[in-house]
Amino acid sequence: MEWALLIASVGTVALALALSYRPVGDYIAWTFTTRKDWRIERRIYKVIGVDSNHEQSWQAYLRSVLYFSIVGVLLLFLLQRTQQWLPYSLGNDNVEPGVAFNTAISFVTNTNWQAYSGETLSYTVQFVGLTVQNFVSAATGIAVAIALVRGFAHRRSGTIGNFWVDLVRGTFRILLPLSILAAVVLIVGGVVQNFNGYVDVNTITGGTQTIPGGPVASQEAIKEIGTNGGGFYNANASHPFENPTGWTSLFQIFLILLIPFSLPRAFGKIVGDNRQGYAILAVMGTLYLASTFALAAFEFAGRGTAPELAGAAMEGKETRFGLVQSVLYASTTTLTSTGSVNSMHDSYTALGGMMPMVNMLFGEIAPGGVGAGLYGMLIIAVIAVFVAGLLVGRTPEYLGKKIGPREMKLASMYILVMPILVLGGVALSFAIPALRGSVVDESLANTGSHGLSEVIYAFASAANNNGSAFAGLTASTPWLTAALGVAMLLGRFLPIVLVLALAGSLAAQDKVPATAGTLPTHRPLFVGLTVGTAVLVTALVFFPVLTLGPLAEGLL
Amino acid sequence: MSTRTHTPSSPEASKQPAAAAPRKTLAWEHVRAAFPGALRKLDPRAQWRNPVMFIVWVGAALTTLLAITEPFLGGPAPSGGTSVPWSFTWIIAVWLWLTVVFANLAESIAEGRGKAQADTLRKTRTSTTAHRVVSYHPDADASAEEALIEDVSSADLRLGDIVVVSAGELIPGDGDIVWGIASVDESAITGESAPVVRESGGDHSAVTGGTRVLSDRIVVRITSKPGETFVDRMIALVEGAARQRTPNEIALNILLASLSIVFVVVALTLNPIASYPASPASITVLVALLVCLIPTTIGALLSAIGIAGMDRLVQRNVLAMSGRAVEAAGDVTTLLLDKTGTITYGNRRASAFVRLDGIREQELIEAAALSSLADPTPEGKSIVDLARSEGIEVVAQPRGEIVPFTAQTRMSGLDLPDGTQIRKGAGSAITDWLEEEGKRLPSSELAELDEHVERISQSGGTPLVVAVKSANGGRRVLGVVHLKDIVKEGLTERFAELRSMGIRTVMVTGDNPLTAAAIAREAGVDDFLAEATPEQKLAYIRKEQAGGNLVAMTGDGTNDAPALAQADVGVAMNTGTSAAKEAGNMVDLDSDPTKLIDIVAIGKQLLITRGALTTFSIANDIAKYFAIIPAIFMGVFPQLAVLNIMGLHSPASAVLSAVIFNAIVIVFLVPLALRGVKYRPMNASKILGRNLAVYGLGGIITPFLGIWLIDLLVRLIPGF
Repeated sequence: MEWALLIASVGTVALALALSYRPVGDYIAWTFTTRKDWRIERRIYKVIGVDSNHEQSWQAYLRSVLYFSIVGVLLLFLLQRTQQWLPYSLGNDNVEPGVAFNTAISFVTNTNWQAYSGETLSYTVQFVGLTVQNFVSAATGIAVAIALVRGFAHRRSGTIGNFWVDLVRGTFRILLPLSILAAVVLIVGGVVQNFNGYVDVNTITGGTQTIPGGPVASQEAIKEIGTNGGGFYNANASHPFENPTGWTSLFQIFLILLIPFSLPRAFGKIVGDNRQGYAILAVMGTLYLASTFALAAFEFAGRGTAPELAGAAMEGKETRFGLVQSVLYASTTTLTSTGSVNSMHDSYTALGGMMPMVNMLFGEIAPGGVGAGLYGMLIIAVIAVFVAGLLVGRTPEYLGKKIGPREMKLASMYILVMPILVLGGVALSFAIPALRGSVVDESLANTGSHGLSEVIYAFASAANNNGSAFAGLTASTPWLTAALGVAMLLGRFLPIVLVLALAGSLAAQDKVPATAGTLPTHRPLFVGLTVGTAVLVTALVFFPVLTLGPLAEGLL
Repeated sequence: MSTRTHTPSSPEASKQPAAAAPRKTLAWEHVRAAFPGALRKLDPRAQWRNPVMFIVWVGAALTTLLAITEPFLGGPAPSGGTSVPWSFTWIIAVWLWLTVVFANLAESIAEGRGKAQADTLRKTRTSTTAHRVVSYHPDADASAEEALIEDVSSADLRLGDIVVVSAGELIPGDGDIVWGIASVDESAITGESAPVVRESGGDHSAVTGGTRVLSDRIVVRITSKPGETFVDRMIALVEGAARQRTPNEIALNILLASLSIVFVVVALTLNPIASYPASPASITVLVALLVCLIPTTIGALLSAIGIAGMDRLVQRNVLAMSGRAVEAAGDVTTLLLDKTGTITYGNRRASAFVRLDGIREQELIEAAALSSLADPTPEGKSIVDLARSEGIEVVAQPRGEIVPFTAQTRMSGLDLPDGTQIRKGAGSAITDWLEEEGKRLPSSELAELDEHVERISQSGGTPLVVAVKSANGGRRVLGVVHLKDIVKEGLTERFAELRSMGIRTVMVTGDNPLTAAAIAREAGVDDFLAEATPEQKLAYIRKEQAGGNLVAMTGDGTNDAPALAQADVGVAMNTGTSAAKEAGNMVDLDSDPTKLIDIVAIGKQLLITRGALTTFSIANDIAKYFAIIPAIFMGVFPQLAVLNIMGLHSPASAVLSAVIFNAIVIVFLVPLALRGVKYRPMNASKILGRNLAVYGLGGIITPFLGIWLIDLLVRLIPGF
């Protein structure tokens, strides 16, 4: 029964995604290749002083990304530190500096890890700060991915596009229209949208209750579409005002997956070979399905004392959604760097709880966050191409671009970043006595393997810019706020630096024509190899810590 | 005028450079000879260049230190809650050292194979006495017979010196012959005992120092600086001293280094993390885990693979001036092949006799054969052969007067004692000869002849008209011999094979486009370049390269030099000029242009071997994890026994078995690294599928079996 429901749900989402793959993907490709500017865009370019016909070198592109993001962090930090004097403060005090720092980074890096509780921020901060970053951080991710795709498409070119143009177009042509459409659907589905603030009501039983209102549907739409994940409320998508029914839950899953799963089409379109897009899509899809079904199998089996007593692993899950919608949501949100939740991953069975962790440790590539998923997957593909190229006896090439020492250096460094951040962060938390004291005494509510899992999860979530949390970990301690902040920052921008450098080095190359000796990168064999590379890279690095955490807990 | 002396190059005939050791992939003597070198390489400074093996070296040193200090610190530390036998650290240390030694051994064996060859080459370099011409006058005294000659050591020769070499003497240095012709024994370099002819001018003027003049006397201008001669470069190459890392090797090294870094991070962070839910592993176990995880298999064999790849070329008598060229050979997408000698046999052959109306076939064939009996050219011989195969035998020694071919008459033939004259030659020459007395031939006969000549030319052949003048003045055109370029056997299949590998073949010829097209069609090449001049060749290469193609070509003449230099892989023939040899990045000592195809295969094989062992090495990690990880933490988490799917006996035996497997697998793969993975020309997908199945899947399964088997033995050690 559960399996049938799961397959039906997955099938529904898959069908909707299949129908939108071509139109959305083609639309994204058009957005970033057309030479025509909209009037509103021209006005913006005039204000910020950008010539939309001027393409940037990868260094210039990178500088633009970094400047823009640094300014974003500073603005967001200032907004939070001054919120009590700004309009719509709702009586909230200024956010304390550590949390403000963490939150600013979190939203600029598209992580949306919420060290704060949603209800402690004013509407102004939510709207001008968080929502704006929900759009532009997502647009930045897409822009970087498109820049890499241009690297593959360009020949002997010193440029990879213009960041400001990509940013503006991504926001105004893709994210805004989609969000408006989605918000309308969500409102129809019952998600609240108002500026009511907190309303105190008397209940029938005579008690009083505070009902929080707010512009939820609009923020919800971009939260999912931009794979941001920062909920309006602390309970995120398990809150009935954010996610009222099973249908809205399924719709939100569709929204989360829409752009990440359509980007391969845009990739194929821009490089001029749609089959390449299908191949990347196949890799993402395979990993997505395998992981989702594995999670479902673990949860449906419901091993452990509590689930066996209760009859099902329902702890931490909403009865509105049941096992199936919870599992599907958990899998989707952790495979896309979204991090919004409609159930508490911490309460999953031990092995079930491992899957969201593993999903993030894949490096958020199946299909990953908007943009970030595509460039992460292309890096894996580059490594797969390299090994495959050696195996067929040719200097490896991907889409006609040679994968030489420079390309390998950048790709190798890319795959180094995340493991070092995660393992390093977790190890430091336990290795240095003072930090260990803080983590064990203040942050951890659980001990032993499960406690370890919570810390691994936190660092995996931060370094991969996911933002979801294993509840039970108090992350507002100075060490974790700072360490996770740094992990988010480096986990976002080091890869971007490497990706843009790779884009530059690819764009400068000429294209090698494909011959019978060229390894085709659109066939099932290559798809399989890329899936294998992604799994192996993760498995080999994280097997030991997973053994100490969820495996030790779950293999009873 | 030049005499091309092709040395035979069938597989049986292709010889090893003179004193090369017998080529078995791996013989015990090779291993024994390599041992001292392997031990010398234990020096950390030698290991530093290879990050993977350097980590193993550091691990081995660390465990040795631990093993020594342990007894004073109360025996081996328990690991992850389990105690280990006292001998554990010692045995692990020994196997880690063995891992390093095995890697060194692989490299030493690979190098050793080149050493023997280098030694013989070095002997040719021993200084000889050179007869230097003190003041050379190229015009007045080209042969330097009157000039003053002084004897100096060959080591003192400078660029541009003129020396005289007489029969029986060694040529003192690389140079070009400026005067004379001589037969030269080049066996010291090529292994080919048949002497070759070298002469001034033309494309065969280059001589190599250390080779011996067998006859005649030549004057040579030295073209190399001391210490930079051809032989010097060869020695450096075969010894691997001049081995530079190729781009691809560098890229692979980067990948391996980054994998190593990741695993160092995994190992370093494991204990702090384990200290919370479990208890830390001992340093020995951590080192063992690290060494098993980093790609030691490929790290250990990488340089051996590279050296062996160069060596495989040397075995085929090809010298690559850089490893880069070998690798580029694997990537070549366009092959420029000279028609003559490469695609077709050097000479045309008679393929048919075409008689004119009213002439008996027998008469034509007899006349053609008679006129060719005294013709020493291969074309002439082929006419006699064809006549014989048609059942017409002519007397071996014709009576009469032989009329040789001259450039003026453009025909050859025989004047019989009875006054009959037989001639064969180009159509216009024969008709001119028949009409020289002013009497025109009947126009019907001319028209018929023209038709045949035209048809044969159209098909790419060469028409040879046969005619007779009898003593009484009767004159008749008998018919036409169809001479044809014969495409070498098996080439069409070879080109199809190349096409399936994604390589385009281009035929280069001086023939007219018509002839070229016909032969190109017959041979099955993808494109041709007719009436090719060196400039056109160069332009063609540039055009191909502009389209992103990698071009390989062979050449021997000085006018080939620009094209050879422009091509990504330029193979100069050893018979060629020094200019050509200087311009190319490979030299084929056998001067066999067909070998280009083998070179491509060797280049591919080199990459495939690297890829196969990398895949194997990484795939091995899965089994090693399943051996070591449960073993480390089973003391604290007994439930991890589920992961011990190999059923290894104890934590200590599991860790040791993994380490032993890791070391031994290197030894088992040395022959593969030296020999190279077998390469079959197929399309890329098929090759990938096959190699992934063998080295990917095999790499996952083999260590499970191997570690399990080793554990069966290890558990017999007391305490394990």
